[in-house]
Amino acid sequence: MKQKTLLFSLVAMLPFAVLVIAFEIVPLIGMLIDSFSKDEGGGYGLQQYITALTNPYYSKGMLNSLLISLYSSLIGIGIALVASYSITQMPKKIQSMMITFSNMTSNFSGVPLAFAYIILLGTSGIFTLLSKDFGWDILSAFDLYSWSGLVAVYVYFQIPLAILLLYPTYAGIQKSWRESAALLGASSWQFWRYIGLPVIFPSVVGTFSILFANAMGAYATAYALVGGSYNLVPIRIGALVSGDVVSQPHLGSALAMILGLMMIGAMWINERMMRRVRRDLR
Amino acid sequence: MRKKSIHYLVVVIVGLYLLVPLVATFLFSISNTWANTILPSDFTFSWYQQLFSDQRFIEAMGRTLGICILTLVVSMISMVMTIFVITLYMPKLERFIQALVMLPYAIPGVVAAVGLIKMYSSKPIVLTGTVWILIGAYFVLILPYMYQGIRNSLRTLDVKRLIEAAEILGASKWNAFVYVVVPNIIPGILVASLLSFSIMFGEFVLANILVGGHFETIQIYLMKRLKENGHLSSAVVITYFMIVLISSLVMLKLGSRLQRHERGEKAS
Repeated sequence: MKQKTLLFSLVAMLPFAVLVIAFEIVPLIGMLIDSFSKDEGGGYGLQQYITALTNPYYSKGMLNSLLISLYSSLIGIGIALVASYSITQMPKKIQSMMITFSNMTSNFSGVPLAFAYIILLGTSGIFTLLSKDFGWDILSAFDLYSWSGLVAVYVYFQIPLAILLLYPTYAGIQKSWRESAALLGASSWQFWRYIGLPVIFPSVVGTFSILFANAMGAYATAYALVGGSYNLVPIRIGALVSGDVVSQPHLGSALAMILGLMMIGAMWINERMMRRVRRDLR
Repeated sequence: MRKKSIHYLVVVIVGLYLLVPLVATFLFSISNTWANTILPSDFTFSWYQQLFSDQRFIEAMGRTLGICILTLVVSMISMVMTIFVITLYMPKLERFIQALVMLPYAIPGVVAAVGLIKMYSSKPIVLTGTVWILIGAYFVLILPYMYQGIRNSLRTLDVKRLIEAAEILGASKWNAFVYVVVPNIIPGILVASLLSFSIMFGEFVLANILVGGHFETIQIYLMKRLKENGHLSSAVVITYFMIVLISSLVMLKLGSRLQRHERGEKAS
């Protein structure tokens, strides 16, 4: 009987095991090994990592990726902090409407989003033409296909995600706290400085790490907007392995490992922070 | 009172900010010509007509739907069986499986693509450029969502007792599982599947790097059309978005019904 159960269990888990091993574990291990391979002749070493981290071209790409993730996450979280607080102050109906809407627009990223921004702010975009008509100079200095354009598009996909992640946090700030603080003579500013912000701070850090990872790994949006020309880590990795130029799979693996480790680091921070929130609320 | 109105203002501005790109894309897709005016001068549905009579679009749509459905079926069957066995017989393995299943959540598409290319673009097994590698990659991509959905709905049931009860009544373990447990977790599976569906439907990176020119999914079609015809591309975007919208609305409805169901059970 016991043996029969074991046999049944093993057979039932077989398809899952095969698929996970073939498409998750083996490729990851392969990539790990590959990232330590030398270019010609074989052998193993840190050569690829050294190139990835010291070659100015790739370190510039890394820096670009870090900066765009930092900026877009900071702007996104700033706007979402205000927006999601305002949402909690709405009647229930509007609250659930806005959350549904954020959920919907959080799906709006990648190629379709890049395209929407081309329509709005591209060389013959609606706003670009309009601002020319009105003789405004603000937008003529703006180039969608450059750094500021990328940040603008990244910010768009960060905001709904940040709202979705931050909105539940404000529920942790109870009305009675505000009232007691007010009774004890605290101003609104003092309330936020000493009670409100410390309570939501871990969630904000957690959300920031998710947004940051989200931007670091984003490929489709940038690719659709500027093709392979802009120097970002995901774009460089894509070019290295799919051979747009000369394919250098080992270097691609090393860059991918670095990116993957950063991502896992971000997720780890998020988990730590969320744990702290839960304990605080209890 | 003045404070309240500030919050309304913020919500309206953010709402508009999120809405404008969508509305503009929609207007662009139904306008004939649109240049130098605030609103398009004349409207037409011809772009949609053109799109839906374009063989390439229909085929890309069919490919994407086919691959999504195939992956979902494979994922559903293998995940349900595995999670079932784990909860019932091998609870010690749960942490390990959880780590495996959550890993893709932390790994961006480009990174996953590098590993897959490395393994399957040379002998002995060549899969790059074929549908199979994409199905495998998508299976891994949706692991976290499928796992969470199925796991959560299994948690609301007392599976062990249900199976025991069915066995006492003379059912085999397998029958008890298929006829008693599965019908009870179907709503949870559906919600997880719909979420996974929208993720795969909007996926571009893996498709582009792994199968690129060999297998045109809807996102790749969109990418190729982007520079050729703006109006047509915006019609694709709106069609794509409508499908995602419908699936998320169904998901929401199913999800809220699921919650009510659970609450009802707890109350009784």
